[in-house]
Amino acid sequence: MLKRKGVSVLLVMAVLGVLIFSASASVLAQDEQVTITVGTWADESFEEAVALFNEKYPNIKVELQLAAINDHHDNLLTRLAAGGEVPDVAYLEDQYISTLAARGGFVDLSQPPYNGDEYKDELVGYPFAQATTEDGELVAMPTDVAPGTIFYRHDRLQELGVNIEDIKTFEDWIEVGKKFMASGENRWLIGDVANIYTMMINGSSTDRYFNEEGELVVNSERFLKAMKTAKEIRDMGLDAGISEWTNEWYTVLREGQVLMQPSGAWLGGHLKEWIAPETDGKWRVTSFPKGYDGPWGGSFAGIPKSSDNKEAAWKFIKFMSTNKEVQWKNFEIANMFPAVESLYYKDAFEEKLDFYGGQKARLVWKETIMNIPEINTSKHDSMISDIMWTSLGEVLEGTKAPKQALEDAERLILRRIRR
Amino acid sequence: MRLKKKHAPYVFISPFFILFFIFGAFPILFSLYLSFFRWDGMTAMRFAGLGNYRFVLTDPWFWQSIYNTLSIAIMTTIPQHVFAIGFAFILHRGMVKFKEFFRTAYFLPYITAPVAVAMIFTTLFGSPFGILNAALSGLLSLPLIGDLLQLLNISYPIRWLGDPNFIRPSVAALLTWRFTGWNIIIYYAGLQKIPKGLYEAASIDGASTRQTFFKITLPLLRPIMFFAMLMSIIGNMQIFDEPIILLGVMGGTNRAGLTTAMYLYQTAFGWTEFGTGSAIAYILCFFIVTASIIFNKYFRREI
Repeated sequence: MLKRKGVSVLLVMAVLGVLIFSASASVLAQDEQVTITVGTWADESFEEAVALFNEKYPNIKVELQLAAINDHHDNLLTRLAAGGEVPDVAYLEDQYISTLAARGGFVDLSQPPYNGDEYKDELVGYPFAQATTEDGELVAMPTDVAPGTIFYRHDRLQELGVNIEDIKTFEDWIEVGKKFMASGENRWLIGDVANIYTMMINGSSTDRYFNEEGELVVNSERFLKAMKTAKEIRDMGLDAGISEWTNEWYTVLREGQVLMQPSGAWLGGHLKEWIAPETDGKWRVTSFPKGYDGPWGGSFAGIPKSSDNKEAAWKFIKFMSTNKEVQWKNFEIANMFPAVESLYYKDAFEEKLDFYGGQKARLVWKETIMNIPEINTSKHDSMISDIMWTSLGEVLEGTKAPKQALEDAERLILRRIRR
Repeated sequence: MRLKKKHAPYVFISPFFILFFIFGAFPILFSLYLSFFRWDGMTAMRFAGLGNYRFVLTDPWFWQSIYNTLSIAIMTTIPQHVFAIGFAFILHRGMVKFKEFFRTAYFLPYITAPVAVAMIFTTLFGSPFGILNAALSGLLSLPLIGDLLQLLNISYPIRWLGDPNFIRPSVAALLTWRFTGWNIIIYYAGLQKIPKGLYEAASIDGASTRQTFFKITLPLLRPIMFFAMLMSIIGNMQIFDEPIILLGVMGGTNRAGLTTAMYLYQTAFGWTEFGTGSAIAYILCFFIVTASIIFNKYFRREI
């Protein structure tokens, strides 16, 4: 009996001892190991970026939650709605800011202690406008920018005997497109004429869908011209009717059956790596026609309000947005255009890129970024985009005249946002 | 602590019910509750009374989605059941060899993952380089086919998934391919229940196969037909997977392939209007229940 009692007493003392020891150990570990979760879509340069981050902040452990870009944003919405486990740092692509961040779920980074606005001079200016809500809240910091650019097949232009210098406006592109189409079978100016519409809308004004006073501006000259031009191109048979990111699209890019492809600068990386690596040297880049320079993508990072580690999260975001080393690394490895302006003056920007036949492509993109206007965005952007997109479809199919389509779109949009 | 004999059954069935309440009953009831509010998933809920329902019932896109759903449903259900009964009968009567192989082959489309199906069909339906268009271009050289297309005012290459006139039939074709096998299995099982003696008697009396089929098989297959068709009605009004992967979430050009389930999804998850999405869900549910009741009455009366 005594023996059993003795053993249990010993056990109790041992447990107590361990508890006291660990308690004192955690008190002693005053350097506070914090773990933040970072949700983002798969990108090749992230592991390196996190390593660089940990060099500066060894006490902040980073747990990466990677997912494919669509899944990432879908999951984010569900987690924010459920109020459950949200990542401390959530990356957002520009088109998702309106849906996910502009409705009050993200921390306003322009306020102390973050003061994100202080970096407006260091970083490229226009993304700040994209990430600022109608109420003036800065809901995310830009981490990389995506200048809109036209990739065109230089070898095809040479065959036609056309010089890129002569192509300055949309009409010029249409003319050369007609020539190209006549030169052989299965030849088109562009894969998806909807890209023309996007080109004409993205950067042509500081208003996206709303003007400064908050009025809807879709039923206006700018949109009308975009729709009419797209319809013209469709009617002439200059577009292949192919959607992006389909097998057909990859084929026409590879085979040089389309003359030009507008996109963000990041497409270059994809073209080189896996879409059309064998076309090395045949592409060149040029900017959109004058007055139309705009963004085509771009990543941001914000802090959901329900995060418990806002301070550490901010350190991470600030690092990824403003630290020159990590911005340059991301650019080198994954073609993510830096948001830090001073990096644009590095010698590497003058580099002749082989994939573009020795063209100093980065200078073209730098030029574009400087020209992009600061665009008003709104929390309804995603829904309005969908409505405008289907309106464009109706115009292209000939179901409606452009003016009619815009009026109907305006009515539909107003109906939804007035609720 | 031993489990009392009285309580044991309840404990054994409880796992199912617990999961059902959490993942089945609760979302259904919460959705009903949500349909009277406006909620974007992040900010507070705002009471809207019947506002969501009023909005949905006056929304032209909602009615277009109902039209799309119904037209795809009709275009696929009729061929599905006609083929399924026919094939099941042929297999059952042993008119072909390799019964097992055919049964498996017909059922395979049903169990293939939707994404794999959609990827293959995108290649099939692709324009201008898809397989169907390639086959068609070969056929165009034959005089009759070219004239036929011209008569119908169809230009080559056919944009199966891009031209609004072709979108719904293309989706219906995919669904027919996918679900006919499921119905074959159901009808095959139903055919087993018909007593062999009846067929023997019929053949002794000199009935042809066609007469046997229409006078004996079909009438006795009624209960199975009722079940299979009811399942089809309910299922086809909720089509979501195939059109969304083939056409994108807005249902392609002119929203020709936008089914109600897709519209619901985009409203709730794309535009973060969960209340409106829930209202769409319940209105759809009401339509499905109504359709089922009408079908039930009509079918029963025929007997």
